[in-house]
Amino acid sequence: MAQNRQEDDAAVAPEALRAEGIVKRFGALTALSGVDLHLQQGEVLGLIGDNGAGKSTLIKTITGFHRPDEGQMYVDGKPVTLRSVAQARALGIETVFQDLALISELSVYHNMFLNSELTLKPFPLLNNRKMKERAKQYIDDMGVNIPSIDTQVGRLSGGQRQAIAVARSVYSDARILLLDEPLAAMGAKEGAMILDLVQKLKNEGRVSIILIAHNYSHVFEVCDRVNLLQHGRISYDKPTSESSVEELTELVVAEYRKARTTS
Amino acid sequence: MAKQAVGGGVGASESARSSPGLGSRVSELMLRQREASIFLVAIALAVYFQSSNSAFLSSGNIRSLSEFTYATAIISTGLVMLLICGEIDLSVGQAYGFAPIAMYLADQTLVLPVAIVVGLLATAVIGLINGVATVYLRVPSFIATLGMFFFLGGVNVILTDGFPKTAPSGSFLTEILGGADWSGIAWCLVIVLFMHILLNRTRWGLHTFATGGNPVGASEAGVKTARIKVGNFMLCSALGGFAGLLDALRIGSIDPLAGGPNIMFFAVSAAVIGGTALAGGTGTVIGAFLGTVVLSIMQNGFSLQGVSAYTFNVILGIAILTAMTLNVYVGSLRRSGRG
Repeated sequence: MAQNRQEDDAAVAPEALRAEGIVKRFGALTALSGVDLHLQQGEVLGLIGDNGAGKSTLIKTITGFHRPDEGQMYVDGKPVTLRSVAQARALGIETVFQDLALISELSVYHNMFLNSELTLKPFPLLNNRKMKERAKQYIDDMGVNIPSIDTQVGRLSGGQRQAIAVARSVYSDARILLLDEPLAAMGAKEGAMILDLVQKLKNEGRVSIILIAHNYSHVFEVCDRVNLLQHGRISYDKPTSESSVEELTELVVAEYRKARTTS
Repeated sequence: MAKQAVGGGVGASESARSSPGLGSRVSELMLRQREASIFLVAIALAVYFQSSNSAFLSSGNIRSLSEFTYATAIISTGLVMLLICGEIDLSVGQAYGFAPIAMYLADQTLVLPVAIVVGLLATAVIGLINGVATVYLRVPSFIATLGMFFFLGGVNVILTDGFPKTAPSGSFLTEILGGADWSGIAWCLVIVLFMHILLNRTRWGLHTFATGGNPVGASEAGVKTARIKVGNFMLCSALGGFAGLLDALRIGSIDPLAGGPNIMFFAVSAAVIGGTALAGGTGTVIGAFLGTVVLSIMQNGFSLQGVSAYTFNVILGIAILTAMTLNVYVGSLRRSGRG
């Protein structure tokens, strides 16, 4: 069955990412109990699931922050074992974490280049001028409105910070981009801006995206396919064209009712 | 523009609350002005002491001022790195005493240049232990380095049987490393410049700010926060050791009781007065240097006037409390600015 699916996919587009049987435990708690997930080249995959379903753990495992206890990951069809975020990055996997991983005390451009700083080779000194130039260009490309590239990130609004974090990931040559609830703390206008950006990236086809979302309608707006994560497993996997907000809502509510009656 | 720059006091804090961003702009301005204002305080103090005693700016006294300053200033630059990481090293004053002792012992069997390297490496190892205890064993650095403070204080006395030893002297190397007049302050200025560049112009410095500002976020972005912290512990300890070597070679004697809490607390005070927040995330090397200069001028000036050490301590206490209050005030301005 898994074999067949793989062959079908191969006919459509090459696989950017595949996770098989990913298990992650924290002491007695099993956060992920065998996740099977795949992402095609240039695809936008919506990943939804209620609080505590293991979404953030899955993201952190895919990006090398956590190491899975069991299971195997494949990038471009090749098996990989991720030991660090840096290694995941080197493979082109970038994440915008829910807490954004921004440093309030540092400027926008230093945040955008955090841990991939440009230096004045062969000297180990920061090339601030070039980082400013590029960061400004990226921010302008995205249509984000910020006071200045020198602004401390702590001064920006939630939406602006989110946009900086997304821009940082997009422009760091990511090929697989994971967005962990990018629309969580955002007003309607800023949310629309981020969705437009995802749409733009999808049209350009230069990255494959996993969009983790709480809000189902966002998923149907930009995603090609939707996966539902329940109790540390992918329980549902369909193209958005064959699915609907109502169907997903029903599934989640039914699961909740079942859990309540058995407990 | 003029409004932001001029609006001090109540007006500034009110507008900070009403418009997000302005508060942090004001606080940034104050931080940048911190270095300038400490510089002005140093000048004002120098003018005051010179007017009350013309010996203050004599070349002899300026030299002794420089000798008051350099060791503490070198230590405070190392402490700034740690404080920005959100950590502290209470044992750095003992590393100051330990390096010359390790050098002395190594000098019994090895050539002096190697012995000096041994002294510096020994203190780097002390920093490594502090760092590993803090980062990997998760002992708060205040406690880990407090333990190291007592341990090393005892080791220093045991290794010397409690008696001062004569420091090596008379060679080109000992002259360069503290023996010659002005060599100590020259090293200090070179180190201040180096540390300023390290903190503000290199990835290491940027990652140090990131580690202290948002440890989780920094590690999610791939910053090796553990390596940054351990490295800064080693750097701080080794700088403490280097300051101790310079002093031992200048004085010509290796005192088992040298350094200790006094020089460490002075260096912490200098960093705090210079605008480094103990909570981490912000700080400047130049500020710490100027903070040391102010403390040295006060200490030296008051002793020229015959003011007792106790009075000096009262003034030092007030200076630190004022500086800390200002830090907290600036911090709350920034938070309100975040809105």
